[in-house]
Amino acid sequence: MVEHILEMQSITKSFPGVKALSGVSLAVERGEVHAICGENGAGKSTLMKVLSGVYPAGSYGGEILFKGQTCSFSGIRDSEHAGIVIIHQELALVPHLSIAENIFLGNERRGKSGLIDWHRTNAEAGVLLDSVGLREEPTTPVGQLGVGKQQLVEIAKALSKEVQLLILDEPTAALNDNDSAHLLGLVRDLRTRGITSIIISHKLNEIEAIADHTTVIRDGKTVETLDMADPDVNVDRIIRGMVGRDLEAFYPSRDSKPGEVVLRVEDWTVRHPTQDRLVVDQATFEVRAGEVIGIAGLMGAGRTELMMSIFGRSYGRYISGRVFMHGKETRTRTVAEAIEARIAYATEDRKAFGLNLIDDIARNISGAALGKLSSWGFVNHHEEAAAAEFAMKSMNIKAPNVRSIVGKLSGGNQQKVVLSKWLLTDPEVLILDEPTRGIDVGAKFEIYTLINSFVDAGKAVVVISSDLLELLGTCDRIYALSTGRITGELPAADATEERLMTLMTKDKELIA
Amino acid sequence: MTMTAPKGSQKGKASPPASVVTAGTSEIRELFTRNMRTSGIYVALVALVALFGVLTGGASLGPGNITNIVLQYSYILILAIGMVIVIIAGHIDLSVGSVVALTGAVSAVVVIQYGQPWWVGVIAALVTGLLIGAWHGYWVAYVGIPAFIVTLAGMLLFRGLTLVVLDNVSLSPFPAEYGQIASGFLNGLLGGAGYDVFTLVIFAIAVAGYAFSQYRTRKALISYNQLVPSFPLFIAKIVVVAVAVMTFAWQLATARGMPIVLIMLAILILAYSVVMQRSVFGRQVYAIGGNVVAAALSGVKVRTVNFWIFVNMGLLSALAGIVFSSRSNGAQPGAGNMFELDAIAAAFIGGAAVTGGVGKVAGAMAGGLIMAVMSNGMQLMGIDQSVQSVIKGLVLLLAVAFDIYNKRRAGSR
Repeated sequence: MVEHILEMQSITKSFPGVKALSGVSLAVERGEVHAICGENGAGKSTLMKVLSGVYPAGSYGGEILFKGQTCSFSGIRDSEHAGIVIIHQELALVPHLSIAENIFLGNERRGKSGLIDWHRTNAEAGVLLDSVGLREEPTTPVGQLGVGKQQLVEIAKALSKEVQLLILDEPTAALNDNDSAHLLGLVRDLRTRGITSIIISHKLNEIEAIADHTTVIRDGKTVETLDMADPDVNVDRIIRGMVGRDLEAFYPSRDSKPGEVVLRVEDWTVRHPTQDRLVVDQATFEVRAGEVIGIAGLMGAGRTELMMSIFGRSYGRYISGRVFMHGKETRTRTVAEAIEARIAYATEDRKAFGLNLIDDIARNISGAALGKLSSWGFVNHHEEAAAAEFAMKSMNIKAPNVRSIVGKLSGGNQQKVVLSKWLLTDPEVLILDEPTRGIDVGAKFEIYTLINSFVDAGKAVVVISSDLLELLGTCDRIYALSTGRITGELPAADATEERLMTLMTKDKELIA
Repeated sequence: MTMTAPKGSQKGKASPPASVVTAGTSEIRELFTRNMRTSGIYVALVALVALFGVLTGGASLGPGNITNIVLQYSYILILAIGMVIVIIAGHIDLSVGSVVALTGAVSAVVVIQYGQPWWVGVIAALVTGLLIGAWHGYWVAYVGIPAFIVTLAGMLLFRGLTLVVLDNVSLSPFPAEYGQIASGFLNGLLGGAGYDVFTLVIFAIAVAGYAFSQYRTRKALISYNQLVPSFPLFIAKIVVVAVAVMTFAWQLATARGMPIVLIMLAILILAYSVVMQRSVFGRQVYAIGGNVVAAALSGVKVRTVNFWIFVNMGLLSALAGIVFSSRSNGAQPGAGNMFELDAIAAAFIGGAAVTGGVGKVAGAMAGGLIMAVMSNGMQLMGIDQSVQSVIKGLVLLLAVAFDIYNKRRAGSR
């Protein structure tokens, strides 16, 4: 009979205002590779944080059985002690320490005196490196290694803790093809050594190649667990599980009458700011007056990077590509030039990149349009206050007055402040990166209405969203992005979640 | 800016001031608790002045001593203006003491050794300050080295250059005209018996200007449906300020008249307050300190702004160097030692935030005056230098702790 090393039963987890998990169950057999799939925000990472004790016992509902025993971890140390190790997407290595020091960090090999035994540390690290197939000196600083090799160091670190259940969160998201292949080979190798792995990935081809079972999660619930040995189970089958929802009557309707092309971007290519890889590869797209286009892509596909690099080269190292406004090549090399060209970009992370949280509404709203509101270098206070007052009324921003501090507003109202700020620059193209992330349903509807009235006035909108339904509900056309490449373009009328997901998970080599 | 709780009626279109809010003890209490963070510093300053007035038996409030405080701490206040701008942008400048020494030394060499007129020395010092500021600005803004490191290097570098310029010896004395910068007075222009009418007239004009600008601000706020204090309270505030300022003016007028350096300081404070509160540049400084990424993504040229912040700091350091060399009537290799710490303390006591984005020129001035009144009062009382240092250190610590406590309380609400 099948022995389950891990059973998670009806796990629920809530955050203020959101139910992240509402009854996820997961059963993992000893010695298998078990994949977890789901859209962005489906609850995969939350589930793994529950399992590894990042969210301590008591902060979630449901039961976890590991090797038949109920677990109540109060932190990562507890779960690691039990033999569960999680390797996060953002690696937790100290770049200036050596490989050996990183492997034994918090778990140092000491001699009798209590001081660190460096011979033993380096020797044991060497053995571990051999077992993961990494040919580097244990004394090499981790920062000198590429991401792929760092990933292997993380696995060696896990092995040093006598791991029985290894959780890999998006392990290949930042890797090139060779490194990915090596990593997946290693996971197979660990299976033969009796180590069970859970792998979270958006790359469905990899999952098809490596997993024994796949559990699909959607909206915080387990949809199904698929046996990968079943000949009927393939990538399409997984996608169907990931998206199967109905389009709710949630999006205000709009008559779309696309006019002439406003913004056209050709062959846009951008390199990662520090690593030697392309984040955006030859992207070409256009948006017309009175049109909303969507950019669909999984995390790490390069959506935000594409838009931020166009908007004043605010991301990465530019390589090549051209931007046209109304058919004329336009310089957008600085944010000021992009604003001048009447492009606006509202960031996905309003708190970190979009707002000055310690300042008031009026000053935040005027922040990108001070040139218009000033003469001789001095801000016209009355015009500024009037503009902010108008924005508060027209956008229905709920706050005592325009001098209220932005940091104290709700997410939805903060987002409206960000939008007001960009509308004040009078843009022709409004790029909205995750415009409804973390805001409530009512505010979402208001923002969709706003998008509609903006394009009705003959302007153009680009929406980036992880929520495919949002794209289907608001856009006229949708571009799909996968690993930095535009893998397809669909009119919203023809698009379905399945078709988009297929394009979004298309790997490079599969592109004709 | 003071605000009180809305009474619901202020959403109306053209509601007269009287109906905007009602005056009363509850409003005053509200005013106090709400504005402790912004106006607490001024209350503390007034309290300290009163405290030392009592402790020194009135000596600290005497005409001679008031004049002294102005002359003695003017250069710290000049430095604090530049420093608070640097701190609002999220930086720090540790070099200003050395820059004061170097610019004073350059001026002394030009005027004393080469016998040039006083204004040539002033210009030489200002140019030196500008170049030093550009040097710091280049490394901070364009190379991206933290200001702490750049200005720590500058502190050593410019102290060393001071020794080189002065050839390790003090230079003195300056010609009499140069001494006028820091120790000169404008008096007797309009006569007066036992008191200087000119001084009183200048201060009266200033008070009238203050009252008028407050009134205009209030009117503008009301027209934009903003919250304002009730009219009686508004008048009370202006009367209190007017009485305090005119008392101060009377004390100056009965001593030696209007110090030239005070006029200079007043112009600087006014100009920089306007720049920081009203100009696009000032806005961008606050934006950079509040959230540098958001500022950059809003089109602020972060590097350019940072560069000019340091150029300005260099210029003001040179000005302080001129005033200090004028007051000490010469240039010494050790001049300006620890001035940076006084200027930094003034900015932080005056409500600037360590994390940037918060602070006001007026607050830094109040912070500087708190340090000045304390030092001066303790000197008058004959308190030992070591004890003075301990007390000043504790005041700085407590002021920032109070600020952080207030912020945490505000955040938890």
